Amino acid sequence: MAKIKGDIVIDIEKCKGCSVCIPACPQDVIALSANVNSKGYHFAETVNDACTGCANCAIVCPDAVITVYRKKVE
Amino acid sequence: MSQITKEEIRQPENLVYKKTELLTDNPLSYCPGCGHGTAHRVVMEVIDEMGIQEQTIGIAPVGCSVLAYEFMNVDMQQAAHGRAPALATAVKRLMPEKFVFTYQGDGDLAAIGTAETIHACNRGENIVIIFINNGIYGMTGGQMAPTTLPGMKSSTSPYGRDVALMGNPLKITELIAQLPGTLYVTRQAVHTPAAVRRAKRAVRKAFENQKLNKGLSFVEIVSNCNSGWKMTPNQSNEWMVENMFPFYPLGDIKVND
Ligand SMILES: Cc1ncc(C[n+]2csc(CCOP(=O)(O)OP(=O)(O)O)c2C)c(N)n1
Ligand code: SF4
Ligand code: SF4
Ligand code: SF4
Repeated sequence: MAKIKGDIVIDIEKCKGCSVCIPACPQDVIALSANVNSKGYHFAETVNDACTGCANCAIVCPDAVITVYRKKVE
Repeated sequence: MSQITKEEIRQPENLVYKKTELLTDNPLSYCPGCGHGTAHRVVMEVIDEMGIQEQTIGIAPVGCSVLAYEFMNVDMQQAAHGRAPALATAVKRLMPEKFVFTYQGDGDLAAIGTAETIHACNRGENIVIIFINNGIYGMTGGQMAPTTLPGMKSSTSPYGRDVALMGNPLKITELIAQLPGTLYVTRQAVHTPAAVRRAKRAVRKAFENQKLNKGLSFVEIVSNCNSGWKMTPNQSNEWMVENMFPFYPLGDIKVND
């Protein structure tokens, strides 16, 4: 059965840790890191492999720091 | 199911979303979670998708988005406080082949710039006005604006806006929808994926109207000012849904052809 697998890449240096992407994700893929970037923000990171590449997180990210990929897997 | 690595997914042919090149690489000067950034992106994605980057001139306001020209990768001017619709009028009349838009906050558009807003709308200038309504003067420290809700706290109404003392909030979008010069008037938001998609369709319609020389389109975006409202970004978006949307209902207010 064909399955959709997605992944996101977060530009952690530009992420401001605002958390707006977190409730936007239907798969609960994103959480804030315990680490901080050079500006001192707890940046967003992926915490599981459930991403479907729906792009919801990227569409609400005010700082446009999320890139989204999606691939059909046989 | 066969295993697939992140590297295999992260290939150019699998790309579904990335930041438009019509946003510069400058880090946005906005507070974390502020809707201004999303609103910028919505406008720039529309201009990108219409292929009109070279023909577009934006007018930045005074307010938190005073530096919009640092982030929007199109030709821009920055107007004196509230004067963006007057400047946009001049630019469009001198260069009618250009796509001209203003980007203004509620203090800029609905307080100091009320006259310019109303007259540009009433004249029916062939421009697009993008109006970011966060119910407050964000840049200067969260003072009460004409758009501040009844009972809403701000730095100059710390006990909440008392309408008897401070007057009523101004629904300027409903007001300008009454004017014969306006063609398309709508109110949108950018706090959820669905709202962003709808806002983008509205902005697209506004620029398409200008392309066809149809007249003035006015897109209000109800947005958060989490710093001024003294909330986290997600709390501010919830507060916006509960308090701003009942007073400023989303949707088209006027659609002419
Ligand atoms: C002529 C003039 N009067 C007052 C100011 C001070 N001032 C700067 S920004 C601003 C209000 C901005 O509020 P708004 O338009 O709602 O934008 P926001 O910052 O909330 O995005 C004011 C009053 C100014 N810069 N120039
Ligand atoms: S919405 Fe964007 S800036 Fe905010 S935490 Fe998520 S990735 Fe970072
Ligand atoms: S693309 Fe969709 S599923 Fe993947 S992290 Fe973003 S919101 Fe979640
Ligand atoms: S003060 Fe308010 S409007 Fe200005 S950038 Fe911060 S959150 Fe946005």
